Amino acid sequence: MLELKNITKIYNPGQITETCLFDKFNLTVNDGQFVSIVGSNGSGKTSMLNIICGSIPIEGGEVLVGGKDIAKMKDYQRYRSIGRVYQNPAMGTCPNLTMLENMSLADNKGKVFGLSFGINKARENYYKEQLSILGLGLENKMDVKLGSLSGGQRQAAALIMSTLTPIEFLILDEHTAALDPKTAEIIMELTGKVVKEKNITAMMVTHNLRYAVEYGNRIIMMDKGGIVLDNSEEEKKKLKVEDVLEIFTSISIECGN
Amino acid sequence: MVFVDLLISTLTQGLIYALLSYGVFITYKILDFPDLTVDGSFPLGAAITGVLMLNGMNPYLVLLVSAGFGALAGLATGFIHVRLGVRDLLAGIITMTALFSINLQIAGSNLAIERSIDTIFTAKLTLILLGSMSLMQRKFIVALVIAVIVKILLDLYLKTKSGLLLRAVGDNSTLVTTLAKDKGTMKILGLVIANALVALCGSVVCQEQRAFASTMGTGQVVFGLATVIIGTTLFRRFTFVKGTTAVLVGSIFYKICIQVAISLGLPANLLKLVMAVLFLVVLVLGDKKKGGADYA
Repeated sequence: MLELKNITKIYNPGQITETCLFDKFNLTVNDGQFVSIVGSNGSGKTSMLNIICGSIPIEGGEVLVGGKDIAKMKDYQRYRSIGRVYQNPAMGTCPNLTMLENMSLADNKGKVFGLSFGINKARENYYKEQLSILGLGLENKMDVKLGSLSGGQRQAAALIMSTLTPIEFLILDEHTAALDPKTAEIIMELTGKVVKEKNITAMMVTHNLRYAVEYGNRIIMMDKGGIVLDNSEEEKKKLKVEDVLEIFTSISIECGN
Repeated sequence: MVFVDLLISTLTQGLIYALLSYGVFITYKILDFPDLTVDGSFPLGAAITGVLMLNGMNPYLVLLVSAGFGALAGLATGFIHVRLGVRDLLAGIITMTALFSINLQIAGSNLAIERSIDTIFTAKLTLILLGSMSLMQRKFIVALVIAVIVKILLDLYLKTKSGLLLRAVGDNSTLVTTLAKDKGTMKILGLVIANALVALCGSVVCQEQRAFASTMGTGQVVFGLATVIIGTTLFRRFTFVKGTTAVLVGSIFYKICIQVAISLGLPANLLKLVMAVLFLVVLVLGDKKKGGADYA
C-alpha cells in the first residue's frame, strides 16, 4: 500500500517565482490497484510521481510504502521496490548495449553488481520468453544494440525490463505520449497485459482519456495540486470517455484555458 | 639497424602509454567524463615510483603501489564531483592542481634513479626470462606483456556485472538509478580504476626513463584523449574490435606520428604544439559524435 500524507511541494521556495503546487495533499493506493491519472498540464501528475520516486524534494509530508516512510530515502534506494517507464523511450534502456546486456542488467536489479560474469547465458531463454509476450519479435534481436531499434520497440523493451524483477509499484509516466498512435495502442495493450499477468500495483499518468477510462480499476483526475475526480471499480466501469472529457473541459474553462 | 632500433623503441613507448589510454578510455569513452586528473595522476605514479625505488622496494611491487596512489587521486576527483557537486571538468582541474604540489612534496625535487637500482626491465625475474635479449628488446617485451595483461584484465572486468553497470552509467544514467544503484558511486569507481591505470603508466615510464620530472604530466590528458579518439575512429566500422584494442593501436599510432615528426627534424620545443594540432585534427576529423560506451 502506498500513502501520500500531507504532502507539501513548493517550487522555487523563497524566490519571486515561488509557487505552491501541493498543500497537504493526500492519496492512498491499495495493493493491486491500477490507477490512471489524468489532468491538464501543471496539475501535478508528474510531480506526484516524482515525489513518490524521490526525483524531486518535498517541503513536508510523508511517503509511506507498506507503512514505512520513505521520504528521507534517496531516489535510487526507493527504486528497489519501484519500476518506472518514462515518456522518452530512450530513458528506459541503454542504447549502446545489446538487448541481452540490457535484459541482464534489469534481471540483476536488487542484487549485487559484483565481479561475476555480467551475462548469464542460462537466463537467455527466460528473457526471450518474456520478450515474446510483446509479440514484436524482440526475442530474435538479443545481440542488437537498443539504439538501433525504433522508439516503440525500445519502449516495449523498457516495459519488460522494468517489470523483470519483482516490484511493488510500476510507475508509468506518459509512457505512450512519444509514440505514434498505432505503436501507442500496442504498448498500452501490453501494459495492461503485463500489469495483469504480474499482478503489479501501477500508477499511470496519461493525456489519453480513452486509455485512462479503458485501462485500470481506478481513475483520478487532478487539477491545481488537488484531486477533483476519484472513481474506482464499479463506478469506474460505468464511466465513459465523454463524462471525463466533460469534467476536464469544465475545469479548463475555470482556468481560462 | 638504426631504423629497426627506432621502430622498436617507438613501439615500446606506444605500448607503455597504452596504459594511460586505457584509463582515459574508461573516463572519456565509457563514462563520458573528460577527466583532467590524468595530468596529475600520471606524474604521481612516477613520483611514488622514484621515491620507493630509491628506497630499495621491489620494482614489481612499486607498480602496484603506484597504481594504488593513482586510485586515490581518482577517488578524490570522484568525491569532489559526485559528493560535493562540482562540475566534472573543474573537479579534475582541482585534483590535478593539488597533485602538482603533492607530487613535488612526495619526490622533494626531480629524481634520477641510478643504474645500480633494478627496474622491472632489469630485475632478476625479467633477466631469467629474457636475459638473452638486449635491454631495448627486453623493454619492448616487458611493455608488450604489461599492455596485453592489463588489456585482458580490463576486458574481463567490463564483462562482469560491475563492468556492465559502469558502461550503463555512461550510456544512460537514469536507467542505473531505476536499477536501484547509485550512479555516483559507479562514476567514482570508474575514476578510481582509470587513474590507477594512469599512475601505473607513470610508474612504468619512470622506471623506463629512470627519472621523475615534476612537469612530466603536462599534456598527458591531451595524449590520452587523442589516442582514444584515433583508436575508436580507426576501428569505427569494425564493431568486433574491442575498445581497448582500438586505443592500444591508437597509442602506438600516435607515438609513431610524433617519432616521424621528430625524425623529420622537428625541434623538441615545438613538440607540445604539434601534439595540440594533431589533437585538433583528430577531433575535427574523427570525433563528430562523442560519448557513450562504444565497447562491444
